[in-house]
Amino acid sequence: MMQALMIHLPLVGVLLAAAILATAIARSASATPVVYGICAAASAIGLGAAVLSLTGGLSKEPLVLPLGLPWVGAHFRIDALAAFFLVVVNLGGTSASIYGLGYGRHEHAPHRVLPFFPAFLAGMNLVVMADDAFTFLLSWEFMSLASWALVLAHHREAANARAAYVYLLMAGFGTMALLLAFGLLAGPGGEYAFASIRAANRTPAIAALALVLMLVGAGSKAGLAPLHVWLPLAHPAAPSHVSALMSGVMTKVAIYGFIRVVFDLLGEPAWWSSVLLLALGGATAVLGILHALMETDLKRLLAYSTIENIGVIFAGLGLSLAFEANGMGWAAALALTAALFHVFNHSLFKSLLFFGAGAVLTATGQRDMDKLGGLIHRMPATSVAFLAGCVAISALPPFNGFVSEWMIFQAILQSPSLPGWGLKIMVPAVGGLLALAAALAAACFVRAFGVVFLGRPRSTVAEQAHEVDGFSVAAMAVLAALCLLAGILPGFVIDGLAPITQALVGGTMPSQTGDAWLSIVPIAEGRSSYNGLLVFAFIAISAWLAAFLVHRFASHELRRGPAWDCGFPEPSPATQYTGGSFAQPIRRVFGTLVFGARETVEMPPPGDMAPARHTVEMRDLVWDWLFAPIAGAVDFAAGYLNRLQFLTIRRYLSFVFLALVALLLVLALWT
Amino acid sequence: MDLILSFLIQAAQMAVVLALAPLLTGFVRKVKARLLRRQGASVIQPYRDLARLLRKEVVLAQNASWLFRVIPYLIFAATWVAAALVPTFAGGLLFSWTADLIAIIALLGSARFFLALAGMDVGTSFGGIGASREVMIASLAEPAMLLTVFALALVAGSTQLSTVAAVLATPEVGLRVSLAMALIALVMVALAENARIPVDNPATHLELTMVHEAMVLEYSGRHLAMIEFAASLKLLLYISLIACVFVPWGIAAPGSGLAGFALGATAYLAKLAVGGFLLAFFETSIAKMRVFRVPDFLGVALMLSLLGTLLLFASRSL
Amino acid sequence: MNGLTFDIAHMLAGGLVLVSFMLLYQDRLYALLNVYALHALVLSLSVAWQAYVQDAPHLYVTAAIALVFKAGVIPIALHRIILRLGIHRDIETVVGIGMTMLAGIGLVALSMVVMLRVTPDADPLAREDLAFALSVLLLGLLVMVTRRNAIGQVVGFMALENGLVLAATGAKGMPLVVEISVAFSIVIAFVVIGIFLFRIRERFDTVDIAALDDFRGERR
Repeated sequence: MMQALMIHLPLVGVLLAAAILATAIARSASATPVVYGICAAASAIGLGAAVLSLTGGLSKEPLVLPLGLPWVGAHFRIDALAAFFLVVVNLGGTSASIYGLGYGRHEHAPHRVLPFFPAFLAGMNLVVMADDAFTFLLSWEFMSLASWALVLAHHREAANARAAYVYLLMAGFGTMALLLAFGLLAGPGGEYAFASIRAANRTPAIAALALVLMLVGAGSKAGLAPLHVWLPLAHPAAPSHVSALMSGVMTKVAIYGFIRVVFDLLGEPAWWSSVLLLALGGATAVLGILHALMETDLKRLLAYSTIENIGVIFAGLGLSLAFEANGMGWAAALALTAALFHVFNHSLFKSLLFFGAGAVLTATGQRDMDKLGGLIHRMPATSVAFLAGCVAISALPPFNGFVSEWMIFQAILQSPSLPGWGLKIMVPAVGGLLALAAALAAACFVRAFGVVFLGRPRSTVAEQAHEVDGFSVAAMAVLAALCLLAGILPGFVIDGLAPITQALVGGTMPSQTGDAWLSIVPIAEGRSSYNGLLVFAFIAISAWLAAFLVHRFASHELRRGPAWDCGFPEPSPATQYTGGSFAQPIRRVFGTLVFGARETVEMPPPGDMAPARHTVEMRDLVWDWLFAPIAGAVDFAAGYLNRLQFLTIRRYLSFVFLALVALLLVLALWT
Repeated sequence: MDLILSFLIQAAQMAVVLALAPLLTGFVRKVKARLLRRQGASVIQPYRDLARLLRKEVVLAQNASWLFRVIPYLIFAATWVAAALVPTFAGGLLFSWTADLIAIIALLGSARFFLALAGMDVGTSFGGIGASREVMIASLAEPAMLLTVFALALVAGSTQLSTVAAVLATPEVGLRVSLAMALIALVMVALAENARIPVDNPATHLELTMVHEAMVLEYSGRHLAMIEFAASLKLLLYISLIACVFVPWGIAAPGSGLAGFALGATAYLAKLAVGGFLLAFFETSIAKMRVFRVPDFLGVALMLSLLGTLLLFASRSL
Repeated sequence: MNGLTFDIAHMLAGGLVLVSFMLLYQDRLYALLNVYALHALVLSLSVAWQAYVQDAPHLYVTAAIALVFKAGVIPIALHRIILRLGIHRDIETVVGIGMTMLAGIGLVALSMVVMLRVTPDADPLAREDLAFALSVLLLGLLVMVTRRNAIGQVVGFMALENGLVLAATGAKGMPLVVEISVAFSIVIAFVVIGIFLFRIRERFDTVDIAALDDFRGERR
């Protein structure tokens, strides 16, 4: 049997070589197809290999390369968890590369994108394969820096520069938290290999601290509230296929890091960690989607919706921890499978939606929803794919988003078996939050699709849009088809995840693919089951039947006429509902609570010709309450320390001297 | 043999919901008219309306897209499939395991998703107002509904509708304050979801507070017929759902003889009649609320369902 | 224990929690008083049922006190006070209804967790009664802190007291003396607060307690 690493590591080498090649030829015309072609091929091979290793077709021996720290080396290993995340990474990589073949042609600064794109892919692959703390952190940082460079690709726009700055700060902060977490895990002996971390004994306090640090580090990368503020700035700033990778894949790599440490390396979880995760997950989900609902920039809307999905995933992980801590392996497996399934689903539909947003951007040059409209007539293929993505992300059957949400709800319904009263009561409440988030997500994507693709064009650019190139459409079509497939045949995905849950929580869901009609049964037949295939077939058949019968026996005549609109058809497209007006009812319900929204109406006195104005002011309360004070404090400290730059040499020397003496004193008193 | 029988039951159920839905709508309208001391149209008027609409040609707005023409059939299909999975007169439906209660709610959610898109398609202000209000209502009603389902599922230990009905029909369940709260919440959600009176008025056109009617304003002919049919089906579905969960007596068990089915059918008709009458009575005795009071109304439903779920833990078992 | 016995007690106690939420939801004074009367009515039913279940005749007295005083005399008297004072009939709440409701649900969850955890092997009836009683008590407190209006605070206080009575009847064998004293204390409190209201009104021409803060020099 062939060794999985023997395929993946050379592929990483190919990607890195492609990055170097891209630096050399970036300015030539053939650079774009060559680089994206190499990336697509490498990712596709990687995808195939990862699927093979997940299904047990490749062997999984670890490997140590003489790189990195001399006494540690670089450890690599692909187990079931890593194989699954390699599938996610390489699937996203393949589709983004294919999309890039078309989308990249419109790039006005290819030399700022091409070298970093393969490097970014290589970094994500390496994080997943790493089997020691040093390699992990190095790859993580590599991935962060490559994506940071991509965020800065269009650096002349002021907003992008700020986004990149905030991103760099948050990435640095996150890596520091990870560094501390691994430092704690490795212990004083410096056991950096994951195998020895796994075997080590540590006190509950150390484990707790490592878990919290991990939550901060990986959570900030994934976009967990309240560390999410950088995400809606940075993800949309990058070129669209990179946004798709960052939102759809890189956040998943962060989740991989969290699962690797908390479920695998830390051993037995503490019950309170599940409370933390559930609360954060539920809050993140609702907060993220409410922000998305208020947003009128299409790509930022998608970025905020990523935050929502990350919340859902973390809530699933929290449930799994809760069940695992109480020895309910089967329920923990259900929750973990649901979370991982949602990881997979989100990587599919979020990439798809970002590709769609990129296509709209290429066709119109606009990201502002209120300047778009009516694109369904001019971009038919893109609109079908985007619609599929919208239905999937809104958790509606028969698409894939529904299946994972459904499984999370099923896991929530197992909560009465938990022993602790607090968890018993908290879990259904979190379920309510997730239900609220799901319903709001549907509202959000009705708005996104309705305002951008339906109605009448609100600007000339939207009027003159054209369908995008074949590569972009192909990438979107493949992802849309996968969304539907994963939704109607979820059993195969669930069975594919079984080795992971077996390894991490010591239980599996019952095997699904053997069930009649391929329905999925999380626990037992009498308890709950769902069959996406039949639901899809029923809807398709009855819709077709209804249409056929009506057209055959009733009438099929059709006449085009002006819109009725209660007899007041108004020719101007400006009278349509915009993104802002569509969100207004929901803003009135949640606005004051979540955004501190204030509406003011300036009505000029009668006889005055000035226009009346309606202004809405909304604030990001997390930013105001958490980050603004921190930024203020840092600013203050920096201003104070600034004075140190203007001292004499004697003063500098005395500072160094005092520091030395102080350290010696500490040493003397310590022992 | 069993398979054939359950297949027959399933087919009969699909036909029954289709046949009864307009009748229920007509019945509710008739009762409302009588309560207002009006004569009212005949109870079979909805059938006539549907037939008339089906025969008429469609007048499509100039910039309506293909989606606008597909959506009526999608909505009809999704609602029909959902309605076919709620036990009405007999349990043990052949395909009941296809979709549980959560999936049924999600199916209705799909129908609403597309209906709201249809409202946005032509690009008129009325369509937009309807769609935006509909999603606002749905964003509160859906979690309330799901939490109600949680309360039921935690009692019954299953989200499968036939199992829930069977468990709740047993005397061991007893009186539970959580179930009472779930019932109230479910009724409130049902009123909102079916665009009934305190939330929306199914009988208006040309009023700024309308929601459902504003979304379907541009539809005509067979498309409108499909949407009206789907709306009737949805009303039938909610009354059947409430009846099958909270008044589960009389539903024929799988394998019961002809007498059992006859009893089940009679009981079901009686439940529909009572449900329809109560709805009409409630609608005539209350005024429609301002659209921005609706979140308060649904917030109460949400709160009740959450409270119902919490209070479950203070009851006898569980 | 008989299932039905438990169920009815459970329904009544749960109903009391529900009526407490209705108190929280009300933003009109008269409606608030009517709901309070309903609160007391449900309480008296609950107490009467406990009396029947526990076969404790003295609890019937408590039920009667609740019915006569709390469901009858006090709401009517408060109605009159409102009429005589000509108080504005809308209640200003400190925070929005939605937030208040959420906080209320949080309090119910908290009391469930606390009560069910500390009484794992008590009689299930007493156990759920205590959990419900604690919720009613906390909700009463919440009504008090979220109302700016003095009448609203009086009602909140009396709802709180109803929670105490529910707890007392749930725990078997509470002597009548205690209950009577509790009942009297509430009447006294009512009288005191009534007089207090008149005094505020005389002095500041409003019953908004913010006026008191102003008087003390505390500005919001």
